[in-house]
Amino acid sequence: MITILSKIPNDLWGASAYIFSKYAPLFYFGAKNTLIIALSGTIIGLIIGLGIGILRALPVYDYDSKLKHSVVKFIRFITSIYVEVFRGTPMMVQAVFIYNIFLPVFKNAKLFAGIVIVSINTGAYMAEIIRAGIQSLDKGQNEAARSIGMNNFQTMVFIILPQAIKNAFPAIGNEFVVNIKDTSVLNVIGVTELFFQSTTVAGIIYRFSDTFFVTALIYLFLTYSTTLILKYVEHKMNLGGYDGPQSQTTPLIKAHYVEKEKTL
Amino acid sequence: MIIQIDHLVKRFGQNEVLKDVSLGVNKGEVISIIGSSGSGKSTLLRCINLLESYQSGSIQFEGKNILSSIKEINSYRAQVGMIFQSFNLFSHLSVLENCVIGQMKVLKKSRADSERLALETLEKVGLAQFAKTSVMTLSGGQKQRVAIARTLCMEPKVLLFDEPTSALDPEMVGEVLNVIKSLALEHRTMIIVTHEMSFAKEVSDRVLFMDKGIILEDGTPDQLFNNPKEERTKEFLSRFRTQ
Repeated sequence: MITILSKIPNDLWGASAYIFSKYAPLFYFGAKNTLIIALSGTIIGLIIGLGIGILRALPVYDYDSKLKHSVVKFIRFITSIYVEVFRGTPMMVQAVFIYNIFLPVFKNAKLFAGIVIVSINTGAYMAEIIRAGIQSLDKGQNEAARSIGMNNFQTMVFIILPQAIKNAFPAIGNEFVVNIKDTSVLNVIGVTELFFQSTTVAGIIYRFSDTFFVTALIYLFLTYSTTLILKYVEHKMNLGGYDGPQSQTTPLIKAHYVEKEKTL
Repeated sequence: MIIQIDHLVKRFGQNEVLKDVSLGVNKGEVISIIGSSGSGKSTLLRCINLLESYQSGSIQFEGKNILSSIKEINSYRAQVGMIFQSFNLFSHLSVLENCVIGQMKVLKKSRADSERLALETLEKVGLAQFAKTSVMTLSGGQKQRVAIARTLCMEPKVLLFDEPTSALDPEMVGEVLNVIKSLALEHRTMIIVTHEMSFAKEVSDRVLFMDKGIILEDGTPDQLFNNPKEERTKEFLSRFRTQ
């Protein structure tokens, strides 16, 4: 042990390189769990958010029955409690609370516990993101869908959601990036994610700043590469559309091209 | 009578937009509604399509109150097509898909049948070559023609046009009006809210003049434009001619 400690270089970069090469498997294990929790949590959170967001955006019209009006009001009330509670309290507190409530289940399945906690927390944020995405759409989209006879469900699934999700994509991706960082609070319940592993490494060699410098670089690598991938996907998704200013009179050149290709 | 409106009253809060409107629409009739903005023209149209609810009165479609069964509201809407001032095309779909989606989801037709009718209809409005194009890339006039095609694909019994050319540049108005004219020649039942006076005069069987939430005058284009009975109608028309 003494021999290991004496081998660590004294400068930050040298020490960090040494620590990383020496404890790579531990960091790798932590980073892997961090990614697993963040990715599953974001995906499950998105599914929860879609459900809640749709419920919160359910339309009621004057001609609908009184019962439907009250049911919708009730749903909005319940879902808003969920959203406000989970957005209004720290995830670290939620983690300790939920973990201990379900201790018998979670004790031997900490990774699973982490995923559940991040999912529930993300779901609340996603619900707001989805709702904002739905509300940002022009009212005319809803009216046009109803005017050709679509019911509320069809309007939502075929017309509103595809556009709302596309608009909300940057915010959804951002939640993933935030989650990569925020999984670090799960160390409080002993999930072996990157932060937890770093504490372990730092404890072994008793070099905190050097170890956590490595940790910071790994987090940065994870978040930055994720951001790049998300930007690329976003770019791909927008290829079909055109967002710039547009003349009413002249169709875009693209349309002309299509016309030419077809007639040739 | 395909549509019978009786004593319709619509309020937005304190503001009474429609005051006791009654109107019968015969099958195959083309009706234009003119009047200054705020007179309730668009609201009347939106009430017919149930995009707005109303406080009292009734609307009957083929002899049946449209509010008698909430479950049938959607299928009723599919029979009464609406064309909007701002097109409201589904911007995430191609031109063809805009015309197909309603047929498949609402009328439960097969994709092949839906596409066949969609292409036929797009041909009719002169846009078949744009079928695969994103609607975002079209000009305003083209967008409105796609919107008309989308509605026609539902094979509605009545067409409602809510100021179909008001959002268009002047040079695009013609192409859209020509499409509507061709529909009038097919003897479709249509109600058109418009500010295009010469168009209304040419295409309609009946013209209604609305003012402050009531139908003030109702007659043939010839009567209403050349020989208006009401002082208010004369005033409105004269202002239009001098403009």
